Amino acid sequence: MQIAVGSGKGGTGKTTISTSLALSAGTDVQYLDCDVEEPNGHIFLKPKLTHRETVVVTVPRLDESRCTACGKCRDICAFNAIAQFGKTVMIFPEMCHSCLGCFRVCEEDALIEDTREIGILESGMAGDIHFVHGRVRIGEAMGVPLLKAVKHKAEQDRLTIIDAPPGTSCPFVESVNDADYVILVTEPTPFGLHDLKLAATVLKNFKIPSGVIINRSDLGDDRVQRYCDSENIPVLLEIPFQRAIAEGYARGINLVDTVPELRTVFSDLLTRIAFEVAQ
Amino acid sequence: MEQTIKEVLILSGKGGTGKTSIVGSFAHLAENKILVDCDVDASDLHLLLAPKPTETHDFKSGVKARVEVDKCSGCGMCAELCQFESITMGETAVISPLNCEGCGVCAHFCPEEAIVLEENHCGSWYIADTAYGPLVHAQLFAGEENSGKLVSHIKNQARQLAETTNTGLILIDGAPGVGCPVIASLSNVDLAVVITEPTLSGKHDLDRILDLTEHFKIPALVCINKWDLHSEMSDSIEKSCNDRGANVLGKIPFDRQVITCQIQGVPVTADDTSLAGYSIKAIWKKLKEHL
Repeated sequence: MQIAVGSGKGGTGKTTISTSLALSAGTDVQYLDCDVEEPNGHIFLKPKLTHRETVVVTVPRLDESRCTACGKCRDICAFNAIAQFGKTVMIFPEMCHSCLGCFRVCEEDALIEDTREIGILESGMAGDIHFVHGRVRIGEAMGVPLLKAVKHKAEQDRLTIIDAPPGTSCPFVESVNDADYVILVTEPTPFGLHDLKLAATVLKNFKIPSGVIINRSDLGDDRVQRYCDSENIPVLLEIPFQRAIAEGYARGINLVDTVPELRTVFSDLLTRIAFEVAQ
Repeated sequence: MEQTIKEVLILSGKGGTGKTSIVGSFAHLAENKILVDCDVDASDLHLLLAPKPTETHDFKSGVKARVEVDKCSGCGMCAELCQFESITMGETAVISPLNCEGCGVCAHFCPEEAIVLEENHCGSWYIADTAYGPLVHAQLFAGEENSGKLVSHIKNQARQLAETTNTGLILIDGAPGVGCPVIASLSNVDLAVVITEPTLSGKHDLDRILDLTEHFKIPALVCINKWDLHSEMSDSIEKSCNDRGANVLGKIPFDRQVITCQIQGVPVTADDTSLAGYSIKAIWKKLKEHL
């Protein structure tokens, strides 16, 4: 079973909830941090990272001795990664989406397969939790292939918790599209509700079952509750603001270590979700 | 005489540190400026500024492949060529528009010419009036991937508007993260202001966003929001910022009034009882000296 934790709005508590779920799941659980731009799960799970790999994408490099400047590679490139000025062909690897079209149209074998590093993937154990995260290289705009590489580590027979990135554009969709269930973490404020609606609409379109956790539930009003009622989205849990939780979070202490009685709340929640998914 | 236009971008790396509330306050405090919301994915600034749109435009970028079913022989060549796992084979090819990146390789090689490339309508953008000046903002459709291009587009529109109206300041709310829309929002920026919070996550993400502004050689200043939730962490962030030459402009205390103001749809600096509001006023005064 794969459960993704998303939010729309950033900073509502995705990482807090997803790491708490992983810590409350017993054995044989996997945690994948798919926020490859700003991964934070390791701060709370403190994994022993034993494996590290560089994730690369394929980009073309020009073999000038073979190039006849026919213009075919420039013409097929939809991303302006290949330009031609007179007889000079120039390649901009950072613009390349790795569609491989240029290699396929070149009749002179003038393009050599080169790579661009987009980030690193690390994994290891955090107690009983199988931990994986990706970290995009600073300055790299295309994080999705790295996110896919992290998701690729999901093992079929294991409970997998996915910590999704904020927003509702392609990195969010890529993180949740294989999930059996998505938990949306929000806060009861106008910003929280606005972004929750965007994320809930995506999940509705994909027909992925979802529920909502309202974090800092006493800092705001009842607008999120009313929205969830009207849309028939279950509110799974409400967590009131507590200075002790905020201080623990600040120091990298997980919610279920600050408030140990929440451990059973989260393991019950996993049972409930497993039941709903099985239906 | 033509005025030089200064662009100030507010960033955070980590989401939820208070970026938009602070931009809303700067919007209230700054005179004569254009506002831009570059968080085109989950934008919230309009909730504080109650914009009245004066212009609405479609945003089209790139293409998506579509199969003309009656021409498709089901040979499967397109599915083999596609690098984005967007084509599956049934009796004919089926393209998932969500995964399609619009490279056009499938259409180029299809022996039956059964794949057409169609312009992709992936969002909308707006110019609007607010009580605090014009706002250029946008909404990317859910699941779309051209956020960087939409960001560049609305930033160009804002710059044109600043030129024609002789406005000297463009104030920009950025997206979270360090990826595509953030990189696009950094172009032409004179000063980045990073809003962080005194947590290990905030510090970790602040370091990455400062790596990014350094990578693009853009000067950056820092504000620590909710600093009193962990004053030791706040001190440690302040020290590490100073060590790397990104000075801390100021600190804002945790204040429930910020949420009350958000619910009322007003900038916190418009509330004379808010401590956070006073701190933001002091920060704005210092920020102006850097412009």
